Amino acid sequence: MAKLMVVFRTAPYGSIYAFEGLENVLIMGAYDQDVSVLFIDDGVLTIKKGMDNSGTGIKDFSPTFRALEAYDIENIYIDEASIESRGLTLEDFVIEPEVIEADQVEKMMEEQKNFFMF
Amino acid sequence: MLHLINESPFESMSLEDCLKYASKGASILLYEDGVYAAMPGSGVADKMRAVAKDYKVYVLSEDLKMRGVDNVMDGVTEIDYAGFVGLVEENKTASW
Repeated sequence: MAKLMVVFRTAPYGSIYAFEGLENVLIMGAYDQDVSVLFIDDGVLTIKKGMDNSGTGIKDFSPTFRALEAYDIENIYIDEASIESRGLTLEDFVIEPEVIEADQVEKMMEEQKNFFMF
Repeated sequence: MLHLINESPFESMSLEDCLKYASKGASILLYEDGVYAAMPGSGVADKMRAVAKDYKVYVLSEDLKMRGVDNVMDGVTEIDYAGFVGLVEENKTASW
């Protein structure tokens, strides 16, 4: 099983990146790869609780992150400084990733066969 | 003048660029990813408090809701799409 990581670093609706990132996670999960997920910078906003898209015609894809466990994707990480600089805490998210520090990010990337930035 | 900001303050310089040129008392509307600037307690909150003293700062409520941002800092006024249209009718606009 190849070690693959998807890195979320953009906010959910200003561009299509975050949505595409989620699609990639699900596809790789379906192929039974060793997939991990990392939220850094504005990527942490992708899993913010309380999104209400009623009337906008735009899909709220944040609940799908709760399904990652069903795909056996259990290694989910979030950068502490990115949470703090946005005035958020772990309670603000729809899932509960493991909190890591910025100096662990590069090491984590190096451990992968490949990683993908969204 | 109405200045429009639609990019995240954590990733983009558009708010800083706007502030270099906007005269005091001008209106600034945060929409799309720009609404993240109105979150209380963030790394840009201190700066935004100062901005809110010198400018009329508005934030689009529909874009807040969509992003799950349910708290807005003091000094920033929530408006809806109708309010957005009203501001555009009354002002010349600059998109940053």
